[in-house]
Amino acid sequence: MDAVHNCTGYPILSLVTFVPLIGAAILLFVKNATAARWIALIFTVVDFLIAIPLVLNFDRTTYQMQFVEHYLWIPSWNITYHLGIDGISVLFVFLAALLGWICVLASWKAIDKKVKEFMIAILVMQTAMIGVFCALDFFLFYLFWEAMLIPMYLIIGVWGGKDRIYAAIKFFLYTLAGSIFMLIGIIVLYFTGGQTFDIMALMSQKYAMNIQIWVFLAFFIAFAIKVPMFPFHTWLPDAHVQAPTAGSIILAGVLLKMGTYGMLRFPMPMFPDASKYFATPILILSVVGIVYGGFLALAQTDIKKLVAYSSVSHMGFVTLGLFVYNTMGIEGGIMQMFNHGISTSALFLCIGVIYERTHTRELSDYGGLSKAVPIYTFFFTIFMLSSLAIPGTNGFIGEIMVLAGTFRYNSIIAAISIIGAVMGAVYLLSMYRKFAIGEITNHHIKEAHDIGGREIIAMVGLAIFVFWIGLNSKPFLDIMHVSVGHLLDQMNAVSSNIAAIK
Amino acid sequence: MKFEMINIIFSMPEIIVLAGASLLILLDLLLDKNQKSVIGYLSLLVVIVAGISTWLIAGNSVSIFDRMFVVDSYATFFKMVFYLSTFLAILMSINYIKIEQVEHGEYYILMLFALSGMMIMASSTDLLSIYVGLELMALSIYILTGFLQHRRRSNEAAMKYVILGAFSSGILLYGISLLYGITGTTQLADIAAVLAKNGTSDTGLVLALIFLIGGFGFKVAAVPFHMWAPDVYEGAPTSITAFMSVGPKAASFAVILRVFLEALGPVSANWVYIVSGLAILTMATGSLLALSQTNIKRMLAYSSIAHAGYAMLGLVAGGPDGIASVMLYMLIYTFMNMGIFGVIIMLRKGDFKGEAIEDYSGLSKSNKLAAFLMLIFLFSLAGIPPTAGFVGKFYIFMALIKSGFVPLAVIAVMFSAVSAYFYIRIVMLVYMKEPVREFDLARSLPNSLALAIAVIGTIVIGILPAWFLEMAKTAIFHS
Repeated sequence: MDAVHNCTGYPILSLVTFVPLIGAAILLFVKNATAARWIALIFTVVDFLIAIPLVLNFDRTTYQMQFVEHYLWIPSWNITYHLGIDGISVLFVFLAALLGWICVLASWKAIDKKVKEFMIAILVMQTAMIGVFCALDFFLFYLFWEAMLIPMYLIIGVWGGKDRIYAAIKFFLYTLAGSIFMLIGIIVLYFTGGQTFDIMALMSQKYAMNIQIWVFLAFFIAFAIKVPMFPFHTWLPDAHVQAPTAGSIILAGVLLKMGTYGMLRFPMPMFPDASKYFATPILILSVVGIVYGGFLALAQTDIKKLVAYSSVSHMGFVTLGLFVYNTMGIEGGIMQMFNHGISTSALFLCIGVIYERTHTRELSDYGGLSKAVPIYTFFFTIFMLSSLAIPGTNGFIGEIMVLAGTFRYNSIIAAISIIGAVMGAVYLLSMYRKFAIGEITNHHIKEAHDIGGREIIAMVGLAIFVFWIGLNSKPFLDIMHVSVGHLLDQMNAVSSNIAAIK
Repeated sequence: MKFEMINIIFSMPEIIVLAGASLLILLDLLLDKNQKSVIGYLSLLVVIVAGISTWLIAGNSVSIFDRMFVVDSYATFFKMVFYLSTFLAILMSINYIKIEQVEHGEYYILMLFALSGMMIMASSTDLLSIYVGLELMALSIYILTGFLQHRRRSNEAAMKYVILGAFSSGILLYGISLLYGITGTTQLADIAAVLAKNGTSDTGLVLALIFLIGGFGFKVAAVPFHMWAPDVYEGAPTSITAFMSVGPKAASFAVILRVFLEALGPVSANWVYIVSGLAILTMATGSLLALSQTNIKRMLAYSSIAHAGYAMLGLVAGGPDGIASVMLYMLIYTFMNMGIFGVIIMLRKGDFKGEAIEDYSGLSKSNKLAAFLMLIFLFSLAGIPPTAGFVGKFYIFMALIKSGFVPLAVIAVMFSAVSAYFYIRIVMLVYMKEPVREFDLARSLPNSLALAIAVIGTIVIGILPAWFLEMAKTAIFHS
């Protein structure tokens, strides 16, 4: 497992992780707000450009960790600086790098106070998030995982809406409370797994059932809060609604993914028995989340809250897919994670763009956007349809795969979760009707100018992926396929037998 | 006891500090009233010279003064922590006591005496020399607590501290004499030998343990012996609050670890559950009561009670990792707690005291750097990576889990989440609320230097803990 494999010849993962942090450090010495915006943009774009060779050079034929970097860091605890990505993490490194510059563009004008500080927070956030997806050492992983709390707390609390302080503290305490249980789990693993924090080494071991159960729960709580799964979701609507647009994009696009990514990466393959033991309750929670999130979304009058609750529903599909333990379900779940990162971020971006013009998020204040701002509505329609999972868009692929995987596992659970999919159509279409169709009732909308170059670039950046995945999902599935296969092997704990048969 | 050169050489740091303090008393008489900061700078020099001499004799493990006193890497590590905290506290005081109009030379001299007491504590291997060091430290701090003579609160705090402190000393002495009665010696190593031979059946032993826990518990403000802390922290001059929240606390833990793990190690079964219970109570009380405070010094008093609870967990864990985790924690705590007090001291100017937590609202608007420093220190106190506070807590949890106290670690992380709330509440005020008044910071070069040292320590240990960790690990006693 520890094959050092880095075909680029330079520490590309460290670069993609720390380039934003370098940008943040430079920003410390910048006074001018416009300069701060441009520097943040340059560094996030460079970061994105670094992520492209990462994908292009990625070897799809192996499940081994790639672009590995491995150095001694804290010798007395056996802690190493260990980075590496496989077919699953590469997608999320790419997603985080993509959303980075979109966040900067989205806050170009929306943030007008303490611009420099905001950009620093975004850049630090970016480093922490990408670090989470690259880390192969638990200590390093936890460091990135928690370091992210500080900038996100500030992003919500300083630049957020009216009740931002409440939302920021709630977000902080919920996630902190969850992740310190994970810390205990990590330390227990360290001592049962031979005094190492190396994820690959810990993964290759078998754990006794009682250890599995407890450590699984410790990890699961941390990740379930982050996802967030029902009933740990209550921080999410508050955080989403109060956060500035870029904050919502990061939350929906990457942060929530960290939870499902974590489940997939650690507890599932490491504690296969415990994860099967808990599979049924988790699936039930997922389905409840799907349906409940859908109903709550339907009841919302604030458009941002609506999308926030739809996240609970969509993320329920992800956990559903992951815990049915078949290739279809897991690949669908990962696809759905990526899709949700694209579609929901895009919807938050759209909401932010229109909010800048109208200063309202109440659905009743809207109507007739298609006449007033046609280009905007064009993009909004695309993203709404992708969130609704219309065939031809990315959302369809993920949802259909998850449902297919679930049917194979249990048809009753699948049948109930279809209710959630239908609910999605109901709340998204009714939202769309109130939002974009009909007469213009609000004079702000009449006066609103349509989106300009900066906003179009950001939206095109996301729309490309809506159709790319929707019409040709093969490259995305290929990149993860071998890794998912390996993951399933690990979970079935028969990896050696299968290798022998092959 | 004969006059021996070896005794002199290896107690040189203590001699330097005591002699330096005595010389400064004489010098103080010659100086004008407005020249007192000279004493401050000279006492910094004394600390530095003592630090160098400690470094020169480091690496040895020598027992001197008829086995009353030892120079080992354990004592050296703690002495470095004491130098650091005294150095930072003096730096923070130079401008502060001018503003408070209590600029007297004795202020610094008493700090040096307290320092020498702490040094004796760290090096003592005999209950009697421990007691001497402890009282030297405590008496100096009693006076420093009441240094703001014109303020009632300061006098009251000093009074309370003296009375309760004397009471706790009595309890401690009683425990020591009981232990002497049972074992026939005050030498830590001999006590251990006798206890190991005779076992744990003696009923007097339980009483002795309880008295020792009570006496030492008072010094580190462990619940239920913590009542003095909030009042004393609030009443004392802020620079002294900063000093006594780290230096004397570290010294007390240096002694506690030695006494409990060395002398009382053989009977650990008798005390480990009492200490665990007190640790939980201490974390709970500290964290929960800190939530409702409106005065930042009182809040930090409760926070320091909670931190003492975490450090006690290191004692419960025991073993080399338990000892090293407490040592590292004390070092880290010195950086971050001195740092937060440094910022508070910076806010004391003119009529503005900077003690009400509300006063910090909107600090980030007027002074970005001070606000950012507060952010780092507070997140570090809350134990959020990548700050040093995380490394400290992490090591304690490691040691606990290694020794099999997993439920205790779970309880500790829960209180850790509770305590995060009152730290980030201040960050919230600083960054998210509108300012209620103009800020005019009492900037001074010494204080800025202290803050710079504190913030560098807090960040460097957070990101590159390897060297500090190694230092603590190799510096435990009997290694």
